Order: sequence, then C-alpha cells, then structure tokens
Amino acid sequence: MSLSQNIVELQGIVKRFPGVIANNGVNLSVAPGTIHAIVGENGSGKSTLMKILYGAQQPDEGEIRIKGNFCRFKSARDAIEVGIGMVFQHFMLADNFLVWENIVLGEEPRSGLSLSSDLAINQIKELSSKYGLAVDPEAMTGSLGVGERQRVEILKVLYRGASIIILDEPTAVLVPQEVDELFASLRELVSGGVTVIFISHKLDEVLKVADAITVIRAGKTVGEITDTSNVTAVELATMMIGTILPRPLTERGVITEDILLEVDTIDLVREGRFLLKDISFAVHSGEVVGIAGVEGNGQEEILEVILGLQSQTSGRVLLNSVELQHLDTRHRRDAGIGYIPADRQRDGLMLSATLWENSALGHQRQEPASDGMWINRNALREHAQKIIEKFDVRTPGVEVSAQALSGGNQQKLIVGREMFSAPTVLVAAHPTRGIDVGAQAAVWESLREAKRQGKGLLLVSADLDELIGLSDRLLVMLRGSIVAALDPQITSAAELGAYMTGARMQETL
Amino acid sequence: MNPKNIMRSLSTPLIVIGAAALVASIALLLAGHNPLSAFSAMLDNLSSADNLVTVVNYASRYYVMGVAVAFGFKMNLFNIGTNGQYQVAALFAGALGGWLRLPGPINLVLILIVAVGVGSIWAVIPGVLMVTRKVNIVVGTIMMNGIAAGLIGYLLRTNFRDANDRLTAHTPTIPENSRIPQLNSVLKVFGIQLPDTTSLHGFFVIAVMVGILFYVVVYRSRFGFDLLASGRNANAARVSGVHPKTMVIRTMALSGGLAGLAGMSVLLCQQFEYGDRFPLQLGFAGISVALLGRNSPIGIVFAATAIAAIEQGARGLVTANIPQEIGQIVQGTLLVVAVIMYELANRRNQTRMIKESALALTIEKSAV
Repeated sequence: MSLSQNIVELQGIVKRFPGVIANNGVNLSVAPGTIHAIVGENGSGKSTLMKILYGAQQPDEGEIRIKGNFCRFKSARDAIEVGIGMVFQHFMLADNFLVWENIVLGEEPRSGLSLSSDLAINQIKELSSKYGLAVDPEAMTGSLGVGERQRVEILKVLYRGASIIILDEPTAVLVPQEVDELFASLRELVSGGVTVIFISHKLDEVLKVADAITVIRAGKTVGEITDTSNVTAVELATMMIGTILPRPLTERGVITEDILLEVDTIDLVREGRFLLKDISFAVHSGEVVGIAGVEGNGQEEILEVILGLQSQTSGRVLLNSVELQHLDTRHRRDAGIGYIPADRQRDGLMLSATLWENSALGHQRQEPASDGMWINRNALREHAQKIIEKFDVRTPGVEVSAQALSGGNQQKLIVGREMFSAPTVLVAAHPTRGIDVGAQAAVWESLREAKRQGKGLLLVSADLDELIGLSDRLLVMLRGSIVAALDPQITSAAELGAYMTGARMQETL
Repeated sequence: MNPKNIMRSLSTPLIVIGAAALVASIALLLAGHNPLSAFSAMLDNLSSADNLVTVVNYASRYYVMGVAVAFGFKMNLFNIGTNGQYQVAALFAGALGGWLRLPGPINLVLILIVAVGVGSIWAVIPGVLMVTRKVNIVVGTIMMNGIAAGLIGYLLRTNFRDANDRLTAHTPTIPENSRIPQLNSVLKVFGIQLPDTTSLHGFFVIAVMVGILFYVVVYRSRFGFDLLASGRNANAARVSGVHPKTMVIRTMALSGGLAGLAGMSVLLCQQFEYGDRFPLQLGFAGISVALLGRNSPIGIVFAATAIAAIEQGARGLVTANIPQEIGQIVQGTLLVVAVIMYELANRRNQTRMIKESALALTIEKSAV
C-alpha cells in the first residue's frame, strides 16, 4: 500500500519523558474508512501515541501526515481542524446539561446573538440518524446510561467535523451487550466514510471489530496486520508481550487456617444504590486472595471499606478477629493493614516532598518515623535508604522529590514502604499498573515474599494474568456482588473475563 | 555551597527588591517627585537606633501574625480571618485585664491566655462550619471578620465609652504591672542607650519563641508531618490515616490563637487598651508577610522586617513632602513580584531536579 492512500501516517515517532522513553520509533498507517486497532500492554506507549495524534503532546522526533499533508499540532484544536477527534475513556459531560447542550458546548450555533437550539437539535438528529447513534438530544445527560453517554461523546466529535475518531479503551466501561451496540455503531461510522482508531488491550474484541491492527511494545511498533483473518489472539498476545515477559507464577506456599482478615456480609448503600451487596470473604495467613472485575463494579469500594475510608452500611470487617468498625483509617493502619493504592500519585505519595518524607507516609506514628510525638529525621533518611537499596528504587538519593522518579520507581518506593512496615495484611490495588516490565517483576517478587512471610494479601487488579498468576483464590465482582469464586490453577483469562462481564454465571458459590 | 548556588539563592531577593524599587520610582516620577530624594528620605528615617528599635517592634508583631497565617497555609487552609481573630481577642483580653486587675504577673498571664483562647475560638468557628457544613474556609473566615467588626463596634459603643469625652471608646487601661516589660535595660547592657520616648518591646522575646515553636512543630513533630502531608496531597494524607477534619480544627485553633497573641504586642506593649486607635489591618499584614516569607520560619523573619522597615521609612517621607502612601506601593509591588519570582524559582528547581534524576538513571543504566 503506498503512503498516499493512507489517511493517517506516522513515521518514527519518538517522545521522551524524564527517565522514560514513552515512544521510541512508532509507525502507524491507517487506511481511510477502516477501523484500525492499536493494541499494546499498559505502559507500552499507546496513550502517549494518542496524545501526540490528537495534539495534546508534541513528539520529539518523527513525522505526522494526515490526508497526505505534514502536520504539526500545537494543541487539540489544531488536530480537530484537520478532522481528528478524540473520545476519552472517562467521559467529559456535564450531568446537568441536556444532551444537545453537551454536544454543542464550545461550538454553539448562533442565530444573531442568541443560541439556536432548534438548529443544534436538528443537526444532531441528522448526525445520529446518519451514523446510527441513537440518542435523544433533549434528554438530561445525568439520566443516561454509560453506552448512551459514549454515543454522546462520539456525536460531540462528529459535530465538530471529525472524520478520524480516536477511541481510547471504549469497551472498558461497557457491559457485553453495550459492546455489541458500540461495534455496530462503529461499522455505521465507517460505512459513512469516517475512519476509526480504536485503542484496546482486549484482543478478542479487537479481532472482532478491527480491519487492521498495529501492535506496540515498549514504545515501538512491533507488528502491523492488514488482514485480521490471518491472526489469532494468541499470536497477537505474543507480539504484545514479546518473549521476555516474566510470568507472575505463584508458588504454592503454606496457607494456614489462621484467618487474618475477615469481611463479613458488608453492604454499602449510597443514595439508595447498592455499591456493595452482601460481601463476605476471608484472607488466611500466607494466602493471596485476588479480586477480579471490570472497573467500577465495587472493587475500589471494598478496599475503601477495609481501610476505613468509607463506612459500610452494614456488616463487619475483622483483623485478627478484632472488629475494625470503630477504628479510623489511622488506627486500622497501625493495627497492621498495609496499603498499595490504585493511583499512586493521587493516594500514595506527596510528589513535592522528599523520598524520606514519603517513606514515612502512612506510618508516621510508628518506628522508625517517629516515637509517636516527634519525627526522627535521621532515622527516616536511613530507613528510606534501606527501602531504596532493597527494592532497587533508581534515584540519586533520598533528598530528591518523589516527582523526579519514574512511575515504576515511585511504585517500588510505595511497595517497599508497605513491606518494611511489616503489615499483617497487605491490600494491593493494581500494584503493577503502568510500570515497566522490570519494575513489574520486582513488585511481583515482593508480593510473593510477603506471602512467604505468612502475611495475608488482598489483590485487586485489572491485569488478569497477574491475578491468575499470583492468587491462591479468585473472587469475581459484578455490580457490587461477588458472583464467582474460582481456583486460579484451573481458570483461564478468557473464562475469568466471561465471569467478569456476566457472560458466565456460577450456580453455587 | 558553591558560588553558583549562592548566586542562585541571592538572585531572587535581589530581583524582587530591584523590581519593587523600579515600580515605586515610576509612581514617584508620575506624581512629580524625585525618586532619589524619596528613597534617601526613607533611608534617613531608618538610620537612628530608636528608628531601628521601632522597626524591630513592628517586625515582631508582623512575624507572629505571619506565622499565624503560615500555619494554615502549610496545609492549604486559607485563614483570611486573622483580622477579626486578633481584634476580638484583643477586646476580650483588654476588657478582662482592665477590669480584673489581679496581682501583676497573674493578670498578665490571664490576659495572654484569654487572647490566645478567644482568637482560637473565633478561628475554630469557620473551621467547624467547613468540616460539618462544607462552608469554604475563605468565605467562612471573611464572614467572621465582618461579624467581628459588628460585634466590636456594638460592644465598644454600649459598654466602653470614655467616661470623660463620651466620643471615644476603649477598654479600661491595663495596669502597669500587668504589661509586658520593655527591654531597654537589656539593651543598656550592650551599650545601647535609647531615648525615653522609645522602648524595645518585650514582645520581641515572644516572637522569637513563636518562631522556634513554629519550626519545631512543623518540621520536627508528627503533627507537623500530618500538617505538611495534608497540604501537599490531601488524598494521600487521608489514605495515610490523617483525619482531615481534626486537622482543620486543630490548625485553625493554632492559627487563630497566634493571631490573638500577635494583637497583644499592641495591647500590652504600646496602647494598653483596646479602642478606636487600635490598628485595623494587622491580620491582613500577616497574610502579606506569610506570602512574602514563603511560610518559612526564617523567610517570615525577613518578610516581617522588610514590611516594618518600609513602613518606618515611609513615615520619613512627610519631611520630604512626599505622600506616605508611596510606602504602600512599594510593599504591594514587593509582594506581587516576590510571589511571581518564587513561583518561577520553584519551577526551575523542580525541572533541574527531574533532569538530574533522569541523568543519574541514564548513567546507572549505561554503567550496567
């Protein structure tokens, strides 16, 4: 295929961040009127590539050609000028606006000085019937379901004249039948002349809908598939992870009968909705209990209830048979709950503070950070130095601020901090999200070490291989309930995925 | 520290002072005055021992008020209400001290306790509103300033009218033996003789103690760790077990208490009664001082001294027939330029640190 036929053509894109090369020679060729999938692991550089493509970031090296013309985008506005629109994974819609108001926001059609609602509504109706994106322009946005919101987002970029639409992990938030609807809409879009770029790491979905696939690994394009009928999910996965990826293999250690953490019939009700319903499980000494589920099905809430960041509506949480009901977060952590939060920058670190200060966060009342009243700075500096050495945190020293470290090193610092505090139970949410392969292996080894030491581990992760590889027992959550309890030794990622989406049900738990 | 680093840390304050002088010069030229004669008149008024003592007295006052504000700023809690807090505190402390007339030192201690306590309470009210009713702290504290002004006006007019002239109003005079002693005799030991009209306020010692307390609490105590953590990343602090609501209440109490204490430099060292002549803007001056001093124990020393010196210098402008308000222009410019420069310096440091870490990483990798 000659270059001139492609609507999007990226050549040798390089983008560097402090300590990380996010893109290191990415090529991408997209033919007009096709659905083109970009697949790659978390942290492979997909999202950086997308940011470059829709103008949010500028590449350090490389060429961008759209419809045959060289482009240099200074902002997302430049990208929409040439017809590139982005639909984000997290929707950006105002709940208290009508659908059409959200769509035209910032690009309002006017008649004279006033906003012309009739014109806007008609234009939107035209677009939605042309592309088969069913929404009621006069509905209140807050009342829409997730699938409908996504259609509103797509209409938003179409309304701005986009002919190339980028969708970032569009199925992550959808239930299976909504996924089918989305794929049908994408087909309509393509037959209407729109080009769709679709980012995902769900290979079965990609194979179902994409006309062509680009595989990215460690910031490089490692595969370009123009005929998807010739490739299998396994082949794609091999390309995605390469051959060097360490597998998170568990060792069958000694799981004792001692229950360290017990969650007993927890309900969490907010505004009349059950966020958690009848959750019960126990974590034994030396055991890793994995919680699987599509994001937003209650996993975060369970952790927050255990940590005391939210209080349950009913039910009990017990640590070493002691009820935690009346303890706040501080005392729960003192009692021996270690926590690796899902979002390390938001919940786990003070980015502007030094590493030694960060090494005390969450343990500021315990030795060596303090004697309860006064902070012991020298002991803390030594403590931080120990964490850095044992957990291989790459840094010039303990006095640099946490923001100077790469994501993987930040994560190793957090894991090290929690491990050093000798917790009874370690609660880990997405412990290897967005970090490089080397750091990932180091974190996995730390979790296995915790297990060997007889700690109880509760692991929430979106990485199914990680869950299957590390867990002794798997619980699957769907809409706030535990819907399946599985043995990871006889469960495949595909089976686990089927339970997560509700495609498969377990009769008896 | 190598010369390059010294230059770097000196460049920011020098640029700030230069820019402030420049803007003030422009204002003076526009008003038809000679900037050089204005600045020399200001310097003249800072050259004698008694003038410098006045600067120290005012600087002590501003320092304590600056620390009061900085305590809140450290956790991103904007206590804009120090103005109301110190005035209500001074009214109650002055009234009680003037009425009770207990034996000297007991009365003095009682006055100080009441001032700190009332300042705390006045600051805790918007804190409670914030944690229970989600009232923004800026809105809450500003409203409390308004309530303070109304309450003070009412109480002064109804209960504290001057017995003789019926026009002015003030609390009963604090007896001499329950004032904060002056330090002139201490200065004499060092060979400094002050004229009878000026005295070095004993409040200077309190300011020094407040500075030490500020440093120790913020940088050495566990409470300080929680305070800084809350300011740097409120989410992470909460996850680490810091109770955000308790932190707000405690910090507001500390901040308000210190604001109340700052007012005592006027009540117990200068005017000895709370009334119409009591300064009205001390709390707002504290905000400027905290900003200028970047909330640091040492930085606030320089900021408080700079503000006090400019003020004292500006009093000398009258003799050169130049309006004193030029001093306020200098202060204002100083503040704006300083905030901009600090932010720039801050970003420069961060970029440098990130680059150095990335470099260290590359070197390490290539070594392996």
